[in-house]
Amino acid sequence: MLDLAKIRRDFPVLERQVKGHQLVYLDSANTSQKPTAVIQAMSEFFLTHNANVARAMHTLGTEASEAYESARAKVASFIGAQSSQIIFTKNASEALNLAAYTLSSRLGPGDEVVISVAEHHSNIVPWQMACERTGATLRWFDVDDDGFLDVEKARAQSLINESTKVVSLTAMSNVTGVRFPIAEISAWAHVVGAVMVVDGSQLVPHESVDVAALGADLMAFTGHKMCGPTGIGILWGRYELLESLPPFLSGGEMIEKVTMARTTYAQPPYRFEAGTPPIGEAVGLAAAVDYLTEVGIEEIAAHTTSMTAYALDVLAAIPEVRVLGPSSGDRVAAVSFELADVHPHDVMQVLDARGVAVRGGHHCARPLHERLGVQSSVRMSSYLYTTPEDIDALGNALEDTLVFFSVARGSRG
Amino acid sequence: MDNLTELYQEIILDHYRQKHHSGLREPFDVEVGHVNPSCGDELTLRVSVVDDQVVDVSYEAVGCSISQASTSVMTDLVIGQPVAESHQLYQGFLTMIEGQGTVELDEEVYGDAIAFYGVAQFPARVKCAMLGWSALRDALIRVETVTNGDGTVLSRFWDTTVPSPKSQM
Repeated sequence: MLDLAKIRRDFPVLERQVKGHQLVYLDSANTSQKPTAVIQAMSEFFLTHNANVARAMHTLGTEASEAYESARAKVASFIGAQSSQIIFTKNASEALNLAAYTLSSRLGPGDEVVISVAEHHSNIVPWQMACERTGATLRWFDVDDDGFLDVEKARAQSLINESTKVVSLTAMSNVTGVRFPIAEISAWAHVVGAVMVVDGSQLVPHESVDVAALGADLMAFTGHKMCGPTGIGILWGRYELLESLPPFLSGGEMIEKVTMARTTYAQPPYRFEAGTPPIGEAVGLAAAVDYLTEVGIEEIAAHTTSMTAYALDVLAAIPEVRVLGPSSGDRVAAVSFELADVHPHDVMQVLDARGVAVRGGHHCARPLHERLGVQSSVRMSSYLYTTPEDIDALGNALEDTLVFFSVARGSRG
Repeated sequence: MDNLTELYQEIILDHYRQKHHSGLREPFDVEVGHVNPSCGDELTLRVSVVDDQVVDVSYEAVGCSISQASTSVMTDLVIGQPVAESHQLYQGFLTMIEGQGTVELDEEVYGDAIAFYGVAQFPARVKCAMLGWSALRDALIRVETVTNGDGTVLSRFWDTTVPSPKSQM
């Protein structure tokens, strides 16, 4: 059990008043709040150690380089990987773009890339663009009406076959919160020699992840959803694969030797980190990893799962709510729903007037909304600092919303 | 809830519940599709222009109350107006919406549209209020391009060769 009162004291922003109400932050799947430890670590870095990495040989430069590389080591150990397999990017989108761009050097007409209809746009668009550039074909997994990956249908249609060169799937939907069977699909991808890419943006903040057990070849995730700062994302990759990939962005620090005629490239991970990297952000991310480790990622997982279960109960008590995805179990932190025929943007506005922060829209997953037959939805998402009172406040604010928009009660609109 | 009732004026909710001029109609000169990517609002809008008069604006839309109501009010205002006057109405409405409460509209000219002054206090909703107006402006520019380009008659169909004006999104 988490000591919720203690944890909440670690996040000063949770003390905030919004529109005269105590802030109820239920938008952590969008970005998590940051504990004091992270803010202080970054502040300490900029106040006393700031310098560029690798290229500055003086004392501060050495300290900054050490801090940056130690952040890499911490992130690596957090997911059961080696430092040399960790590439720092700007965000998860850039990490996925890096994967799509470099892997597209292997794609051509007749090749197939497989994703799913439930992906975040950042795991759809880079692959669409890679296919447009190379003439490869984009195919995708369907989901069932609860949002679970339809593996049976995919098997029946031989979705992954000898033409498949890349499979890229999210480990957990940012809309329904359901997990996808990554180990099973990785094994299938590897049978046909395809590279398995995983979008771990939603999973890594919530569950203990061991990349070896996941079975994937590349995994993208982001710092800001796991108590770290914005501006830093991560691409993990099997080293042999990274070694075989061409550079993505080019410029300073990704080179071995530059002449005016040609350039040879640095070894991974540096080959993929052109220019000055997010140094202060890496320091903040390392502090976030320390913080999550200290609290205990298993305990966090248990807490968010129980908050999600409670949220499903509270939502089930409002007849006008229609939850997307399974109504119980098998889902982690995100719960998206509709409220009668009140548009999610309007729901969000009334909730915000009560200090309750949720997301309204398609959450960068328009194809999934279309598949589930809704135009957009309201999403609440919990994290280690979420309390049952937060969920109660959500329930009350939803009741208020129905009254505000004069929805006839007792029907589903 | 004070700010909220200011945002959601009764007039706005009335238009939302009962949209004016809704539905796609013929004849039309240009059809445009506009979206608000952040919240997923989508709008298909048609305009019909005869002798520099906006004779019809028809639309099909999914979206929040603000975007729906604003589009409804906009059609009330511009149908029957000269194209140049419609552009002026667009400009005035935009100035008010972006004015953060410092710009007031003339009720004589703008009618129900003055109810949107509350939106100006909610920067995140400005795009919602502008969705229909932006689509209208886009469509009218395309009509003008089609009519005035080389003196040919009005195209009755979507003309993909017409260059897109800068996106309003």
